[in-house]
Amino acid sequence: MDTALRFAVLLLTLSFGAGLQLNYIDDYEEEPKEEDVSADSKYGSLWPLPQKIQMSEISFKLTSSSFKIVDAKESSAGPSCSLLKDAYRRYYEYMFGSSKRQQLNKRRRTGPSELTELQVLITSPDSDCDGYPSVTSDESYELSVDQPYAVLRAPKVWGALRGLETFSQLVFEDDYGAKSINATQISDFPRFAHRGILLDTSRHYLPIKVILANLETMAMNKINVFHWHIVDDQSFPYLSRTFPQLSQQGAYHPYTHVYTPADVKMVIEFARLRGIRVIPEFDTPGHTQSWGKGQKDLLTPCYSGATPSGTFGPVNPILNTTYDFMSQFFKEISTVFPDAYVHLGGDEVDFNCWKSNPDIQKFMAQQGFGQDFSKLESFYIQRLLNIVTSTKKGYMIWQEVFDNGVKLKPDTIIHVWKGTQLQYQNEMANVTSAGYQTLLSTPWYLNRISYGQDWRGHYKADPQDFNGTDEQKKLVVGGEACLWGEYVDATNLTPRLWPRASAVAERLWSAKDVTDINDAFNRLSVHRCRMVERGIPAEPLFSSFCPREYKGL
Amino acid sequence: MHKGLQTHPNFYFLLLSILQVGLNTVEAVWPLPQTFISSSEQYRLNPQTFYFGYGMQSAAQPGCTVLDSAFKRYFSLIFLDLTSGYGALRFSVDKPFSVEISVDRDDCDGYPSEDSSEKYNLTVSAGRASLNAQTVWGALRGLESFSQLVYQDDFGSYFVNKTEIEDFPRFQFRAILLDTSRHYLPVQTILKTLDAMAYSKFNVFHWHIVDDPSFPYQSRTFPDLSAKGAFHPMTHIYTQSDVRRVISHGRLRGIRILPEFDSPGHTKSWGKGQSDLLTPCYNGGIPSGTFGPINPALPSTYTFMATLFKEVSSVFPDSYIHLGGDEVDFTCWRSNPDVRAFMQAMGFGGDFTKLEAFYMENIMNITSALNKTSIVWQDVFDYHERRSSLSVVEVWKEGCYLCEVRRVAKAGLKVILASPWYLDQPGPSHNWARYYTVWPLAFKGTEEQKKLVIGGEVCMWGEYVDATNLMPRLWPRASAAAERLWSDEQQTSNVDKAFPRLQEFRCKLLRRGIQAEPLYVGHCKHEYQGI
Repeated sequence: MDTALRFAVLLLTLSFGAGLQLNYIDDYEEEPKEEDVSADSKYGSLWPLPQKIQMSEISFKLTSSSFKIVDAKESSAGPSCSLLKDAYRRYYEYMFGSSKRQQLNKRRRTGPSELTELQVLITSPDSDCDGYPSVTSDESYELSVDQPYAVLRAPKVWGALRGLETFSQLVFEDDYGAKSINATQISDFPRFAHRGILLDTSRHYLPIKVILANLETMAMNKINVFHWHIVDDQSFPYLSRTFPQLSQQGAYHPYTHVYTPADVKMVIEFARLRGIRVIPEFDTPGHTQSWGKGQKDLLTPCYSGATPSGTFGPVNPILNTTYDFMSQFFKEISTVFPDAYVHLGGDEVDFNCWKSNPDIQKFMAQQGFGQDFSKLESFYIQRLLNIVTSTKKGYMIWQEVFDNGVKLKPDTIIHVWKGTQLQYQNEMANVTSAGYQTLLSTPWYLNRISYGQDWRGHYKADPQDFNGTDEQKKLVVGGEACLWGEYVDATNLTPRLWPRASAVAERLWSAKDVTDINDAFNRLSVHRCRMVERGIPAEPLFSSFCPREYKGL
Repeated sequence: MHKGLQTHPNFYFLLLSILQVGLNTVEAVWPLPQTFISSSEQYRLNPQTFYFGYGMQSAAQPGCTVLDSAFKRYFSLIFLDLTSGYGALRFSVDKPFSVEISVDRDDCDGYPSEDSSEKYNLTVSAGRASLNAQTVWGALRGLESFSQLVYQDDFGSYFVNKTEIEDFPRFQFRAILLDTSRHYLPVQTILKTLDAMAYSKFNVFHWHIVDDPSFPYQSRTFPDLSAKGAFHPMTHIYTQSDVRRVISHGRLRGIRILPEFDSPGHTKSWGKGQSDLLTPCYNGGIPSGTFGPINPALPSTYTFMATLFKEVSSVFPDSYIHLGGDEVDFTCWRSNPDVRAFMQAMGFGGDFTKLEAFYMENIMNITSALNKTSIVWQDVFDYHERRSSLSVVEVWKEGCYLCEVRRVAKAGLKVILASPWYLDQPGPSHNWARYYTVWPLAFKGTEEQKKLVIGGEVCMWGEYVDATNLMPRLWPRASAAAERLWSDEQQTSNVDKAFPRLQEFRCKLLRRGIQAEPLYVGHCKHEYQGI
């Protein structure tokens, strides 16, 4: 009778594994059908998709015994450019594997359809080889795969790094296991200069190894900023030379759960070699519970009635000692982290403790702030910004600081993270119409999980989708995928981040009109298998397989 | 045996132990034993003077495969950083400590089964612990509990406190389902899961081995099934020796391996290696080239299934077999003129549920002739008129799942509950408590009916899961379900009390190399060191 009908309806709404569809927060997408299997894209496995590609049917073979990546004669980066040397080896190993390297056979004649060389040519007089990447670094490159050799041309080493990744993505294995590459011309550059990932090392400590593995994966996705949310309420793992008691008292463990200066240095250099900036965030005045353990009188004592309750609130903004401390602390930070920017946080300040404290109330009255505690917050931030400015650093701040009307330097970057789509689009419009640069994260909180292919939602979000003039749109420097740490540590970070962050990576690198989601699915499926093959446990998009499954267990 | 102790007010003792011992040992065992009494009296354990041994009266003696290998395993689990240089230079001589195991039956070479007793008693006192069980499977559970009682102080010394445990599982069937069809899982991943299952006292591995997307089981009788139906015929398959390895790894940990060969739906991959098995779908009078569920109208179907299940029955020693039977789409059957003619001949009219029932009936006859007890998904129960031929029904659909449990129990059939434990779905909240606050017997029914609920199952379907993310997605959330299925409900109904225990247990899993994800902010002394 109606059973068959009922069944049909059931089948429409439930697929077996999706049996218990509950009310998820971000229900971006209808469920994929079982037929949703990947097909080949005409762009192979390129991810993120380059700006201009011409691919031909002609293909060349590559063999591990004769293929080389070398500096072109005219290149401004010489043999002493270890950044490139390191990258050549890395990409050779990605392409041919490090373990089963065959011995070089010099006598073997190369066949007519063989490609034996990739020449890397840095065209600008200063290659930037020993520098650090910055927001203005040129990442463009041109790649020509043809005989007698392939040429990768880039103004700076940063573009060369991106081009090497692209070259390695062009190499494929034919049915006989031989490496091949099609004759190809690519001209490429990023759509946005700031393409970041935030990792949170306070809520859970992340071993250095995990951070490095993710820098490696970021490079595979042409992501160029590691936003290191290094401390927060829960723990203070940063080992400060000036204030060692901060981590001594504030880390989960003073030896096993800290980042020593050598660790930080290693992260920065590892990132530099991959063209990735490291921007540290020292979030104040809220999110600072762990700071208080190692630095007396820094936090505001909260009162219960007329007596201190024994608990503490945000940084105490009314004491001069606070600003002395901050000056010294940020002086250290400005020398430890080479990037021109530091992220100062400024989000989610809870006013209750400030309200309860009689000294603060007195100060408020003196300053004429009335009961408007956002004025007090502004007062604090203002002074902090002056301190950081004096260390010759630019700053990024979470959107609340802008929303509260704090006076900012014109080159401040406002980081938008709150609200619905409509709300963040309005915020982007407001920030840019005030003339500030901005960075979007709201749609890319990857710590939020839901059932199914939520990468599709991440892929569709566009940071320039808001009402504004072309001038305003130009003020959007990029975006960041955030992986907050409440429920994430070394056990689940990598598969939760990848390949979901790859969707963000393409949105931020590729042209605005690269929006074909089916083509993206096809390329991303192969790209995810490539990450798996390179040893990264990137999780699957849907039922499928990789030729070489993850075995890292 | 345990009755005398059970009448004591357990909470009094628990409270006492909290006050006396501090965090180190409080209810250190997950899932919580039925009765657990510990005191602050602690004994130092020295790996050089620590022994496992068989009791004089024990039916099993040295040479017992299950226990001998368990001793080896648990020695390493108890003395975790032995390799990292446990002070070779020790001046104080510790008294020896021995754990003496006695079992009533020598089932060392057998397989755990549906009626294996897992009951055990463990008494830890000065210099010795005695562990008594009816079967070696119970002894394994006791060894796991003992290993969880041992802790290290800040100087790395090992201790165990004076303890008395009487324990047995609330439910006899405590399973985890892995799906190796939607993604292939390397054997290594399956073995690792079995290890972790033993830590939470799970005792059934439900192997959803084949489905629409791929057929990785390499059949002796029908090698084409995996040669054509696997994702890859050489690298994405389970050979007979892989399967044997899984079964033996499970056996040594007291875990039954329950294979599922789901039909007549969910069989697309079967059709690639076995022609004429699936129903050809029609489009406007002609075959469309696509295929539907298994063709129930052909006698050859049943010959094939009988042969396949004969093989499967001999490969998998467990007395249960899962026959699936869920989500059969009737559109293809309806489109096929031969199927319709068959319906006519059988007098089914237009009711395709009757056709499905007819098919399942035949399959169940095949497996019962092979002396196997069959489990089916609830769909079969829902659409089956002759329910007497069913034996075990697994409830998986959302909504009022206890209503369904009640219906099945009322029909006098055994029930397994899976609905609340679909762990492949990570969202929306990270709340593990959702899997903890499940009350499988909270339905109106007689004692007899409640006894028919034989247990529950954690399902990890494979659409979005493979070896890259399986472990953290499964653990420690599956452990929450494990306590629900093993422990006394009254003693374990409070989420806030369970939380610190589960956090501690999660760190224990990490320490044992299981990639268990965090429950919330915090840290473990030894963090996971992989990526």
